Amino acid sequence: MRQVVIILGCLLFGEVVVHLTGIKMPSSIIGMILLTVLLELGWIKLAWVSGLSHFLTKNMAFFFVPPGVAIMLYLDLIKASFWPIIVASTLGTIIVFACTGWTHQLFMRHKNTFKKGKKS
Amino acid sequence: MDAVLNTEIFILTLTFVAYFIAQNLQKKTKSIFLNPVLIAIILIIGFLWLFKIDIEVYQKGSRMIEFLLKPAIVALGVPLYQQLGKIKKQAIPIIVSQLVGCIVGVISVVLIAKFMGAPKEIVFSIAPKSVTTPIAMEVSKTLGGIPPLTASVVILFGIIGSIFGYEIMKITRIKSAISQGISMGTAAHVLGASKSMQISGNFGALSSIGLIINGVFTAILAPYIISFLSIWITF
Repeated sequence: MRQVVIILGCLLFGEVVVHLTGIKMPSSIIGMILLTVLLELGWIKLAWVSGLSHFLTKNMAFFFVPPGVAIMLYLDLIKASFWPIIVASTLGTIIVFACTGWTHQLFMRHKNTFKKGKKS
Repeated sequence: MDAVLNTEIFILTLTFVAYFIAQNLQKKTKSIFLNPVLIAIILIIGFLWLFKIDIEVYQKGSRMIEFLLKPAIVALGVPLYQQLGKIKKQAIPIIVSQLVGCIVGVISVVLIAKFMGAPKEIVFSIAPKSVTTPIAMEVSKTLGGIPPLTASVVILFGIIGSIFGYEIMKITRIKSAISQGISMGTAAHVLGASKSMQISGNFGALSSIGLIINGVFTAILAPYIISFLSIWITF
């Protein structure tokens, strides 16, 4: 029960923050960050939440079956923009792979040469 | 009979059974194309069509499952906490690369879709397509997109990214194994991470860093990127 209280408590905190500040951010993300911070500070022990969080993250895929089914309601809209969706998503995926990989590689190399320079 | 088919219990059972069948199908065939979510969605749509059950009835009945999406995102805080040590060790490469991945990801998709003439609901729906479905759906809702459309695009391109990701990175000369692992999570979220998990647990952990951090950045930045773009473009 404690597990449920902690997870829902973090989510509720997120909802309250969104409501009070009008920030454009999903309440669940704020809840997730809060949970991470509380774990890091040691205010919440990992054992208190590990069971439920394991269940939720492991079965996360299942939870979006219902919203996926709702796609039926938008078939006309999708048909009308079929090619923009496909082309933008395909190119976008390739671009994200390339740019993320390049940037990470570049910064790692910089970091390594910096370290080597320090040592010598 | 119709009365039973329209009850919440029936809808819930249908959803669980469809997913159970889809999961077993994948376990048996081990084919990445048979993504359990995709198969379950197809099975359910087929069933609803066959028995002429209203989609609104299905939506109402399955609300309980959809509700769990939000707590599931909160629960991602646990793996994030467990990876915190790794993230701190190379904070700058990770943060900068995720920031680039997030910004480039949103801008490229939005611009391409916009210039190909997609209406704004469509553009906003696919803007967060690189991040994991529950986060992408939330972002889509915040932007004014259509969350179910976002979900399908995210799942579909997660599958494509997880199949071709390592090939794409070979062509684009991304050689560092760590960079590959992280990018897999950034570009293809959970599906990319599960592909990496098949290679090794370490790869899987790297991908989960990419998937969570990009998810957080996209959730925070996407609305601002869109407002920034709308200075030049009218959506």
